[in-house]
Amino acid sequence: MTVVDWKELVRWDRMPHILCPGCGNGTILNALVRVLAEKFEEGELDPDKTVLVSGIGCSSRLPGYVKLDSLHTTHGRPLAFATGIKLANPDLEVIVITGDGDAAAIGGNHLIHAARRNLDVTVICANNYIYGMTGGQVSPTTPRGAKSTTTPYGNPEPPFDLCELVMGAGAPHVERWTTAHPAQLKAAIARALEREGFSFIDVLCQCPTNYGRRNDMRDPREMVEWLRENTSTREEEGKIRIGILRDEEREPFHKRMYDMIEEVRTGEEGD
Amino acid sequence: MGKVDFLQGNEACAEGAIAAGCRFFAGYPITPSTEIAERMSARLPEVGGVYVQMEDEIASLAAVIGASWAGVKAMTATAGPGFSLMQEHMGYAVMAETPCVIVNVQRGGPSTGQPTKASQSDVMQARWGSHGDYEIVALSPSTVQEMYDLTIECFNWSERLRVPAVLLTDEVVGHMRERVVLRDDVETVERELPPEGEEIEKPFPMEPDDLVPPMPVFGRGHRVHVTGLTHDERGYPATDDPEVHRKLVMRLCNKVRKRAREIHEEVGYDFEERESDVALVAYGGCARTVIEAAEELGVTVFRPKVVHPFDPDMIRDLLDGYEVLVVEMNLGQYVEMVERALDRECVHLLGYPGGYPPTPERVIREVKKLSG
Ligand SMILES: Cc1ncc(C[n+]2csc(CCOP(=O)(O)OP(=O)(O)O)c2C)c(N)n1
Ligand code: SF4
Repeated sequence: MTVVDWKELVRWDRMPHILCPGCGNGTILNALVRVLAEKFEEGELDPDKTVLVSGIGCSSRLPGYVKLDSLHTTHGRPLAFATGIKLANPDLEVIVITGDGDAAAIGGNHLIHAARRNLDVTVICANNYIYGMTGGQVSPTTPRGAKSTTTPYGNPEPPFDLCELVMGAGAPHVERWTTAHPAQLKAAIARALEREGFSFIDVLCQCPTNYGRRNDMRDPREMVEWLRENTSTREEEGKIRIGILRDEEREPFHKRMYDMIEEVRTGEEGD
Repeated sequence: MGKVDFLQGNEACAEGAIAAGCRFFAGYPITPSTEIAERMSARLPEVGGVYVQMEDEIASLAAVIGASWAGVKAMTATAGPGFSLMQEHMGYAVMAETPCVIVNVQRGGPSTGQPTKASQSDVMQARWGSHGDYEIVALSPSTVQEMYDLTIECFNWSERLRVPAVLLTDEVVGHMRERVVLRDDVETVERELPPEGEEIEKPFPMEPDDLVPPMPVFGRGHRVHVTGLTHDERGYPATDDPEVHRKLVMRLCNKVRKRAREIHEEVGYDFEERESDVALVAYGGCARTVIEAAEELGVTVFRPKVVHPFDPDMIRDLLDGYEVLVVEMNLGQYVEMVERALDRECVHLLGYPGGYPPTPERVIREVKKLSG
């Protein structure tokens, strides 16, 4: 068995990366490449058949640092691109990296429809409550009252719970973790890759530059601490629920599609 | 030869796509293009292909581009409002050099306009609708047979040049029924692929042969990063360097521009030269009545099938010295390109904002005004 060192999966010729010091996206990238290296080594995944897809935003830059086939697409649309990739070649393992703005604002429609169809992809959503790349504007997950460059008096809108949203649309496998839980995050990514169908991981993460700075959490460590203290794997008053929120099985879209094609071609029902 | 059938233009388009090797269709219903999606949904599974109805046109073209990167020839079909929604992804397909075919069965606009009526008012949108400098290929059929043939040509040029190709048709041709030969000797072009299993260090070289680099396809071990951002030869974002941007954009434009004449000659055009001072120019559904008028009047007529890229030299070679009357179902789009190629004073427009093409009588009256 060839040892797949996670270091071989990084495009070192692109370093230094564009992320700010202390950005939560670093933790997510770290977890992702380590899980991928393990999966490749165990032969559970083939690096030549693994594709990363992302939209636009700081988080969506992550695929560009991983030495795999990757498609850095348009703002909000990675799941629509992924639908074409997965349906055209179901042998590919497709991982979508997105942000809260990317996935839930401009991409909200694609998010709910990919969940409804049960597209076989693993979605990692770096949820930093803010638009990082464009400089800190309000996002659909910004908490009520929080400050952003476009909510200088505090956010008057209620936020989306992305896990509830995709579960409502039919996603069979949904988890929420934070960058304060790196080991659990790794395990969640590994699980998501094992599951067939639409797997969604909401990763609460720190953006010290654009969220923390405006909301009294300038230091990234403080933000990580906040994430640890304000989340719980149990239902707790005043805390954000993290953990495995749903883990069910449902036939993925491409299977139904290819069974139907088989049926049309042979006149026989597929299995 | 092939099978003779009596089909609607939109149906012939779907058959052309399948004959060209299209095995993926993603779309969103819109009049007057819907029959293309309907036929594809019935036909694709029969040939092992995938039809998917997406949540909107933005998603449709995204899925088509994704399918293309997964190695499959892919198409979408729409009309004005849907074509507008696709514009960001047209630009993406140009930047990421993704072969794909977009059928636009033009209808009256602006906005939702006239869903069931013909128009040719997206000529400039096909060329300039997305932001940035770019070139694409757009072909305009006048008959049901050409719906079939030019759809195949769209796939071929798209694969050859790694650009989105637009079948810029209109409601007249999309909805009419005519005899069509579904040829059994269709020549198809497949994109050039790099050898399988090799990591590619420079998937986007500055000066590849023909200016078109071979296309790495996902899942074949190439390990490429593809982005819509300005990128260097490695495919890595290089957004701050004006020189990298200039070289990339010039190559993307030149790979189409430099072959403009070749595209026109390969796809073909009608040029019926007659002893006359006036020459008529028309394309698509509108050309049908114009050709009738030209015959009756005994004047020269030029019908391009290639709308983009435009070749000003060719237009000069053919039409210099004539009083040129361009007839189109818009208030002046193609005519602007003709004006730039010829002596402006000699170029005239008979423009209809859409709804229906002008009758031969209307064209004849206009020509008489010009020559009289
Ligand atoms: C069509 C379009 N609209 C707007 C933008 C500008 N834009 C770039 S990134 C971004 C928001 C990113 O926020 P998020 O998805 O939360 O990612 P983050 O940067 O926080 O990781 C926006 C609005 C764009 N690139 N394209
Ligand atoms: S702006 Fe925020 S999300 Fe973007 S890199 Fe900086 S810290 Fe990370």
